[in-house]
Amino acid sequence: MNNLLEKLESVLGMSDSGSLNGLDYEFNPIPSDVEVVQVAFKDREELPIYLTQSESQMICICYLWDDTEVIPDKRAEMLEVMLDMNIPMPLSSFGRIGSRYTIFGALSLDSSAESIARELTVLSDNALDAIEAMSEYLN
Amino acid sequence: MEFFKKLITAIRGGGRELGEAVLDSQGIRIYEQEIEDAKEAIKKAESDLTGVMAKDMQAGREIERLEKEIAGYEAKALGALDQGDESLAGEVAEKIAELEVELETQKAAKHQFAAHVESVKEMIKQTHAKIREHEREISMVKTTDNVHKAAKSINQHIDGGSSKMVAAKESLERIKHRQQDESDRMAASDALNAELSGESLENKLKAAGIGEKSDRKRQVLERLKAKQQDSAN
Repeated sequence: MNNLLEKLESVLGMSDSGSLNGLDYEFNPIPSDVEVVQVAFKDREELPIYLTQSESQMICICYLWDDTEVIPDKRAEMLEVMLDMNIPMPLSSFGRIGSRYTIFGALSLDSSAESIARELTVLSDNALDAIEAMSEYLN
Repeated sequence: MEFFKKLITAIRGGGRELGEAVLDSQGIRIYEQEIEDAKEAIKKAESDLTGVMAKDMQAGREIERLEKEIAGYEAKALGALDQGDESLAGEVAEKIAELEVELETQKAAKHQFAAHVESVKEMIKQTHAKIREHEREISMVKTTDNVHKAAKSINQHIDGGSSKMVAAKESLERIKHRQQDESDRMAASDALNAELSGESLENKLKAAGIGEKSDRKRQVLERLKAKQQDSAN
Protein backbone atom coordinates (compact mmCIF):
# COMPACT_ATOMS: atom_id res chain seq x y z
CA MET A 1 0.00 0.00 0.00
CA ASN A 2 1.51 3.32 -1.06
CA ASN A 3 1.56 5.88 1.67
CA LEU A 4 -0.41 9.09 1.38
CA LEU A 5 2.59 11.30 0.79
CA GLU A 6 3.74 9.15 -2.10
CA LYS A 7 0.29 9.41 -3.59
CA LEU A 8 0.27 13.17 -3.17
CA GLU A 9 3.71 13.35 -4.73
CA SER A 10 2.22 11.68 -7.78
CA VAL A 11 -0.61 14.23 -7.76
CA LEU A 12 2.02 16.96 -7.55
CA GLY A 13 4.02 15.33 -10.35
CA MET A 14 0.92 15.49 -12.51
CA SER A 15 0.64 19.27 -12.26
CA ASP A 16 3.64 21.19 -13.50
CA SER A 17 2.68 24.56 -12.05
CA GLY A 18 1.99 23.45 -8.44
CA SER A 19 -1.70 23.97 -9.00
CA LEU A 20 -4.57 21.51 -9.14
CA ASN A 21 -7.30 22.32 -11.63
CA GLY A 22 -6.43 25.99 -11.28
CA LEU A 23 -5.97 26.06 -7.49
CA ASP A 24 -2.50 26.56 -6.00
CA TYR A 25 -1.86 24.30 -3.06
CA GLU A 26 0.63 22.91 -0.65
CA PHE A 27 0.55 19.84 1.53
CA ASN A 28 2.10 18.91 4.85
CA PRO A 29 1.99 15.74 6.89
CA ILE A 30 0.78 16.29 10.43
CA PRO A 31 1.99 14.23 13.38
CA SER A 32 -0.39 11.38 14.15
CA ASP A 33 -0.68 7.68 15.06
CA VAL A 34 -2.24 7.21 11.67
CA GLU A 35 -1.17 8.90 8.45
CA VAL A 36 -2.71 12.36 8.08
CA VAL A 37 -1.75 14.94 5.47
CA GLN A 38 -3.05 18.49 5.37
CA VAL A 39 -3.69 20.04 1.99
CA ALA A 40 -4.11 23.82 1.96
CA PHE A 41 -5.25 25.70 -1.12
CA LYS A 42 -3.90 29.20 -1.63
CA ASP A 43 -6.40 31.86 -0.55
CA ARG A 44 -8.49 29.16 1.13
CA GLU A 45 -6.11 28.44 3.99
CA GLU A 46 -8.97 28.63 6.54
CA LEU A 47 -10.50 25.50 5.04
CA PRO A 48 -7.72 22.96 4.69
CA ILE A 49 -8.43 19.41 3.63
CA TYR A 50 -7.13 16.52 5.68
CA LEU A 51 -6.37 13.21 4.05
CA THR A 52 -6.10 9.95 5.86
CA GLN A 53 -6.26 6.37 4.73
CA SER A 54 -7.47 3.19 6.32
CA GLU A 55 -7.03 -0.35 5.03
CA SER A 56 -9.91 -0.04 2.64
CA GLN A 57 -10.21 3.60 1.59
CA MET A 58 -8.71 7.05 1.44
CA ILE A 59 -10.75 9.76 3.14
CA CYS A 60 -10.52 13.50 2.43
CA ILE A 61 -12.11 15.62 5.16
CA CYS A 62 -12.76 19.34 5.36
CA TYR A 63 -13.99 20.74 8.67
CA LEU A 64 -16.88 23.13 8.19
CA TRP A 65 -18.20 24.36 11.50
CA ASP A 66 -18.64 23.42 15.12
CA ASP A 67 -21.93 22.60 16.80
CA THR A 68 -21.52 25.73 18.90
CA GLU A 69 -21.78 27.85 15.73
CA VAL A 70 -25.20 26.45 14.86
CA ILE A 71 -28.23 28.61 15.74
CA PRO A 72 -30.04 26.25 18.15
CA ASP A 73 -33.57 26.88 16.81
CA LYS A 74 -32.47 26.15 13.26
CA ARG A 75 -30.44 23.04 14.01
CA ALA A 76 -33.06 20.46 12.97
CA GLU A 77 -33.74 22.28 9.71
CA MET A 78 -30.03 22.53 8.99
CA LEU A 79 -29.58 18.77 9.50
CA GLU A 80 -32.45 18.07 7.12
CA VAL A 81 -31.01 20.37 4.47
CA MET A 82 -27.64 18.64 4.84
CA LEU A 83 -29.30 15.27 4.30
CA ASP A 84 -31.17 16.60 1.28
CA MET A 85 -27.98 18.03 -0.18
CA ASN A 86 -25.90 14.88 0.34
CA ILE A 87 -27.01 13.22 -2.88
CA PRO A 88 -26.84 16.12 -5.35
CA MET A 89 -23.51 17.38 -4.02
CA PRO A 90 -20.81 16.17 -6.41
CA LEU A 91 -18.35 13.61 -4.98
CA SER A 92 -18.71 14.79 -1.37
CA SER A 93 -21.01 14.13 1.57
CA PHE A 94 -21.71 15.88 4.84
CA GLY A 95 -20.56 14.18 7.99
CA ARG A 96 -19.71 14.89 11.60
CA ILE A 97 -16.72 14.05 13.77
CA GLY A 98 -17.36 14.75 17.42
CA SER A 99 -18.93 18.20 17.51
CA ARG A 100 -17.48 19.32 14.18
CA TYR A 101 -19.46 19.13 10.97
CA THR A 102 -17.45 18.05 7.98
CA ILE A 103 -17.67 17.59 4.29
CA PHE A 104 -15.80 14.57 3.05
CA GLY A 105 -15.11 12.31 0.14
CA ALA A 106 -13.92 8.71 0.17
CA LEU A 107 -11.72 7.24 -2.51
CA SER A 108 -10.62 3.75 -3.34
CA LEU A 109 -7.01 3.07 -2.36
CA ASP A 110 -6.02 2.50 -5.98
CA SER A 111 -7.40 5.84 -7.20
CA SER A 112 -5.37 7.61 -9.85
CA ALA A 113 -3.59 10.91 -9.29
CA GLU A 114 -6.25 12.56 -11.50
CA SER A 115 -9.06 11.24 -9.28
CA ILE A 116 -7.32 12.45 -6.14
CA ALA A 117 -6.75 15.87 -7.68
CA ARG A 118 -10.39 16.12 -8.74
CA GLU A 119 -11.59 14.97 -5.33
CA LEU A 120 -9.50 17.60 -3.54
CA THR A 121 -10.54 20.54 -5.70
CA VAL A 122 -14.23 19.55 -5.85
CA LEU A 123 -14.23 19.06 -2.08
CA SER A 124 -12.74 22.50 -1.52
CA ASP A 125 -15.30 24.12 -3.86
CA ASN A 126 -18.11 22.18 -2.18
CA ALA A 127 -16.91 23.31 1.27
CA LEU A 128 -17.03 26.98 0.26
CA ASP A 129 -20.45 26.62 -1.38
CA ALA A 130 -21.79 24.64 1.56
CA ILE A 131 -20.79 27.25 4.13
CA GLU A 132 -22.24 30.01 1.99
CA ALA A 133 -25.49 28.10 1.46
CA MET A 134 -25.81 27.07 5.09
CA SER A 135 -24.72 30.34 6.66
CA GLU A 136 -28.32 31.23 7.54
CA TYR A 137 -28.18 28.43 10.12
CA LEU A 138 -24.92 29.64 11.63
CA ASN A 139 -24.00 32.32 14.12
CA MET B 1 -27.88 -4.76 10.88
CA GLU B 2 -26.87 -5.76 14.39
CA PHE B 3 -23.38 -4.50 13.68
CA PHE B 4 -24.58 -1.11 12.47
CA LYS B 5 -26.47 -0.64 15.74
CA LYS B 6 -23.40 -1.48 17.80
CA LEU B 7 -21.29 0.97 15.82
CA ILE B 8 -23.92 3.68 16.23
CA THR B 9 -24.06 3.06 19.99
CA ALA B 10 -20.27 3.31 20.21
CA ILE B 11 -20.17 6.52 18.14
CA ARG B 12 -23.09 8.11 20.02
CA GLY B 13 -21.32 7.18 23.27
CA GLY B 14 -18.38 9.21 21.98
CA GLY B 15 -15.38 10.28 23.97
CA ARG B 16 -13.49 7.01 24.18
CA GLU B 17 -11.43 5.43 21.46
CA LEU B 18 -14.40 4.78 19.23
CA GLY B 19 -13.00 2.21 16.91
CA GLU B 20 -11.19 0.40 19.65
CA ALA B 21 -14.37 0.22 21.71
CA VAL B 22 -16.07 -1.57 18.84
CA LEU B 23 -12.96 -3.58 18.07
CA ASP B 24 -12.94 -4.88 21.62
CA SER B 25 -16.62 -5.67 21.73
CA GLN B 26 -16.50 -7.45 18.40
CA GLY B 27 -13.21 -9.21 18.86
CA ILE B 28 -11.70 -8.07 15.60
CA ARG B 29 -9.01 -10.73 15.63
CA ILE B 30 -11.62 -13.46 15.92
CA TYR B 31 -13.39 -11.90 12.94
CA GLU B 32 -10.21 -11.80 10.93
CA GLN B 33 -9.46 -15.41 11.87
CA GLU B 34 -13.00 -16.36 10.82
CA ILE B 35 -12.44 -14.73 7.48
CA GLU B 36 -9.16 -16.61 7.02
CA ASP B 37 -10.84 -19.90 8.00
CA ALA B 38 -13.72 -19.23 5.64
CA LYS B 39 -11.32 -18.51 2.79
CA GLU B 40 -9.52 -21.77 3.51
CA ALA B 41 -12.85 -23.61 3.63
CA ILE B 42 -13.76 -22.17 0.25
CA LYS B 43 -10.43 -23.29 -1.24
CA LYS B 44 -10.98 -26.82 0.07
CA ALA B 45 -14.61 -26.87 -1.02
CA GLU B 46 -13.63 -25.72 -4.50
CA SER B 47 -11.07 -28.50 -4.81
CA ASP B 48 -13.63 -31.02 -3.43
CA LEU B 49 -16.12 -29.67 -5.90
CA THR B 50 -13.81 -30.39 -8.80
CA GLY B 51 -13.45 -33.98 -7.56
CA VAL B 52 -17.17 -34.52 -7.12
CA MET B 53 -17.96 -32.95 -10.48
CA ALA B 54 -15.44 -35.30 -12.11
CA LYS B 55 -17.13 -38.29 -10.44
CA ASP B 56 -20.51 -36.98 -11.57
CA MET B 57 -19.28 -36.83 -15.15
CA GLN B 58 -17.73 -40.32 -14.86
CA ALA B 59 -21.05 -41.71 -13.58
CA GLY B 60 -22.80 -40.00 -16.48
CA ARG B 61 -20.49 -41.68 -18.99
CA GLU B 62 -20.89 -45.03 -17.22
CA ILE B 63 -24.69 -44.71 -17.39
CA GLU B 64 -24.49 -43.98 -21.10
CA ARG B 65 -22.23 -47.00 -21.64
CA LEU B 66 -24.54 -49.31 -19.63
CA GLU B 67 -27.61 -48.10 -21.47
CA LYS B 68 -25.95 -48.82 -24.81
CA GLU B 69 -24.82 -52.23 -23.60
CA ILE B 70 -28.33 -53.07 -22.35
CA ALA B 71 -29.82 -51.99 -25.67
CA GLY B 72 -27.29 -54.22 -27.48
CA TYR B 73 -28.15 -57.23 -25.33
CA GLU B 74 -31.87 -56.54 -25.74
CA ALA B 75 -31.43 -56.72 -29.51
CA LYS B 76 -29.51 -59.95 -29.10
CA ALA B 77 -32.20 -61.42 -26.78
CA LEU B 78 -34.86 -60.50 -29.33
CA GLY B 79 -32.78 -62.24 -32.02
CA ALA B 80 -32.56 -65.40 -29.90
CA LEU B 81 -36.33 -65.28 -29.31
CA ASP B 82 -36.91 -64.85 -33.06
CA GLN B 83 -34.89 -68.01 -33.59
CA GLY B 84 -37.00 -69.73 -30.88
CA ASP B 85 -33.89 -70.21 -28.72
CA GLU B 86 -35.61 -69.56 -25.35
CA SER B 87 -32.65 -70.79 -23.34
CA LEU B 88 -30.15 -68.42 -25.03
CA ALA B 89 -32.66 -65.58 -24.65
CA GLY B 90 -32.90 -66.47 -20.93
CA GLU B 91 -29.11 -66.21 -20.55
CA VAL B 92 -29.06 -62.85 -22.29
CA ALA B 93 -31.97 -61.69 -20.10
CA GLU B 94 -29.95 -62.60 -17.02
CA LYS B 95 -27.04 -60.53 -18.34
CA ILE B 96 -29.44 -57.65 -19.00
CA ALA B 97 -30.79 -57.95 -15.44
CA GLU B 98 -27.23 -57.71 -14.06
CA LEU B 99 -26.50 -54.66 -16.19
CA GLU B 100 -29.75 -53.05 -15.09
CA VAL B 101 -28.78 -53.43 -11.43
CA GLU B 102 -25.45 -51.80 -12.21
CA LEU B 103 -27.24 -49.03 -14.12
CA GLU B 104 -29.52 -48.34 -11.16
CA THR B 105 -26.49 -48.16 -8.86
CA GLN B 106 -24.73 -45.70 -11.20
CA LYS B 107 -27.88 -43.60 -11.51
CA ALA B 108 -28.24 -43.45 -7.72
CA ALA B 109 -24.56 -42.49 -7.41
CA LYS B 110 -24.91 -39.81 -10.08
CA HIS B 111 -27.91 -38.41 -8.28
CA GLN B 112 -25.89 -38.23 -5.06
CA PHE B 113 -22.94 -36.57 -6.79
CA ALA B 114 -25.23 -34.00 -8.35
CA ALA B 115 -26.83 -33.27 -4.97
CA HIS B 116 -23.36 -32.99 -3.42
CA VAL B 117 -22.23 -30.57 -6.11
CA GLU B 118 -25.28 -28.39 -5.45
CA SER B 119 -24.74 -28.39 -1.69
CA VAL B 120 -21.02 -27.57 -2.03
CA LYS B 121 -21.86 -24.72 -4.43
CA GLU B 122 -24.44 -23.40 -1.98
CA MET B 123 -21.91 -23.66 0.85
CA ILE B 124 -19.32 -21.73 -1.17
CA LYS B 125 -21.91 -19.04 -1.94
CA GLN B 126 -22.86 -18.67 1.71
CA THR B 127 -19.24 -18.57 2.81
CA HIS B 128 -18.49 -15.85 0.25
CA ALA B 129 -21.43 -13.83 1.61
CA LYS B 130 -20.14 -14.30 5.15
CA ILE B 131 -16.65 -13.16 4.18
CA ARG B 132 -18.07 -10.12 2.42
CA GLU B 133 -20.13 -9.21 5.47
CA HIS B 134 -17.23 -9.65 7.90
CA GLU B 135 -14.86 -7.72 5.68
CA ARG B 136 -17.32 -4.85 5.44
CA GLU B 137 -17.78 -4.81 9.20
CA ILE B 138 -14.06 -4.87 9.85
CA SER B 139 -13.58 -2.10 7.31
CA MET B 140 -16.20 0.02 9.11
CA VAL B 141 -14.56 -0.55 12.48
CA LYS B 142 -11.09 0.20 11.17
CA THR B 143 -12.27 3.29 9.31
CA THR B 144 -14.02 4.53 12.44
CA ASP B 145 -10.87 3.96 14.45
CA ASN B 146 -8.67 5.53 11.78
CA VAL B 147 -10.85 8.63 11.38
CA HIS B 148 -11.09 9.01 15.15
CA LYS B 149 -7.31 8.90 15.52
CA ALA B 150 -6.85 11.24 12.55
CA ALA B 151 -9.44 13.65 14.01
CA LYS B 152 -7.61 13.65 17.33
CA SER B 153 -4.37 14.61 15.57
CA ILE B 154 -6.15 17.21 13.45
CA ASN B 155 -7.74 18.75 16.55
CA GLN B 156 -4.35 18.90 18.26
CA HIS B 157 -2.90 20.45 15.12
CA ILE B 158 -5.66 23.04 14.97
CA ASP B 159 -5.58 23.80 18.68
CA GLY B 160 -1.79 23.95 18.46
CA GLY B 161 -2.37 27.19 16.57
CA SER B 162 -0.61 26.43 13.30
CA SER B 163 -3.96 26.59 11.56
CA LYS B 164 -6.40 28.03 14.04
CA MET B 165 -10.01 26.92 13.66
CA VAL B 166 -12.00 29.99 12.71
CA ALA B 167 -15.79 30.19 12.72
CA ALA B 168 -17.09 29.01 9.36
CA LYS B 169 -18.78 32.27 8.41
CA GLU B 170 -15.70 34.25 9.26
CA SER B 171 -13.55 31.89 7.20
CA LEU B 172 -15.91 32.30 4.29
CA GLU B 173 -15.84 36.10 4.64
CA ARG B 174 -12.06 36.15 4.63
CA ILE B 175 -11.86 33.84 1.64
CA LYS B 176 -14.47 35.84 -0.27
CA HIS B 177 -12.67 39.04 0.64
CA ARG B 178 -9.44 37.66 -0.77
CA GLN B 179 -11.26 36.45 -3.87
CA GLN B 180 -12.85 39.90 -4.20
CA ASP B 181 -9.42 41.51 -3.87
CA GLU B 182 -8.16 39.21 -6.55
CA SER B 183 -11.04 39.96 -8.88
CA ASP B 184 -10.69 43.72 -8.14
CA ARG B 185 -7.04 43.45 -9.05
CA MET B 186 -7.95 41.71 -12.27
CA ALA B 187 -10.64 44.29 -13.03
CA ALA B 188 -8.14 47.09 -12.38
CA SER B 189 -5.63 45.43 -14.62
CA ASP B 190 -8.28 45.03 -17.32
CA ALA B 191 -9.23 48.67 -16.96
CA LEU B 192 -5.62 49.68 -17.20
CA ASN B 193 -5.16 47.58 -20.31
CA ALA B 194 -8.26 49.11 -21.81
CA GLU B 195 -7.01 52.58 -21.01
CA LEU B 196 -3.65 51.88 -22.53
CA SER B 197 -5.13 50.46 -25.67
CA GLY B 198 -7.60 53.39 -25.66
CA GLU B 199 -4.71 55.82 -25.56
CA SER B 200 -3.09 54.19 -28.46
CA LEU B 201 -6.35 54.42 -30.33
CA GLU B 202 -6.47 58.12 -29.51
CA ASN B 203 -3.00 58.42 -30.93
CA LYS B 204 -4.02 56.64 -34.11
CA LEU B 205 -7.03 58.95 -34.49
CA LYS B 206 -4.85 61.97 -33.97
CA ALA B 207 -2.39 60.69 -36.53
CA ALA B 208 -5.27 60.26 -38.96
CA GLY B 209 -6.33 63.84 -38.30
CA ILE B 210 -9.52 62.70 -36.62
CA GLY B 211 -10.62 63.82 -33.19
CA GLU B 212 -8.72 66.37 -31.14
CA LYS B 213 -6.80 68.06 -33.95
CA SER B 214 -9.68 68.48 -36.36
CA ASP B 215 -11.88 69.56 -33.46
CA ARG B 216 -9.39 72.26 -32.49
CA LYS B 217 -9.30 73.49 -36.05
CA ARG B 218 -13.08 73.78 -35.98
CA GLN B 219 -12.96 75.58 -32.63
CA VAL B 220 -10.37 78.05 -33.90
CA LEU B 221 -12.43 78.73 -37.00
CA GLU B 222 -15.55 79.32 -34.93
CA ARG B 223 -13.65 81.61 -32.56
CA LEU B 224 -12.35 83.65 -35.50
CA LYS B 225 -15.82 83.82 -37.06
CA ALA B 226 -17.23 85.00 -33.73
CA LYS B 227 -14.53 87.70 -33.51
CA GLN B 228 -15.33 88.86 -37.03
CA GLN B 229 -19.00 89.05 -36.13
CA ASP B 230 -18.18 91.07 -33.00
CA SER B 231 -16.02 93.58 -34.92
CA ALA B 232 -18.70 93.89 -37.61
CA ASN B 233 -21.19 94.79 -34.89
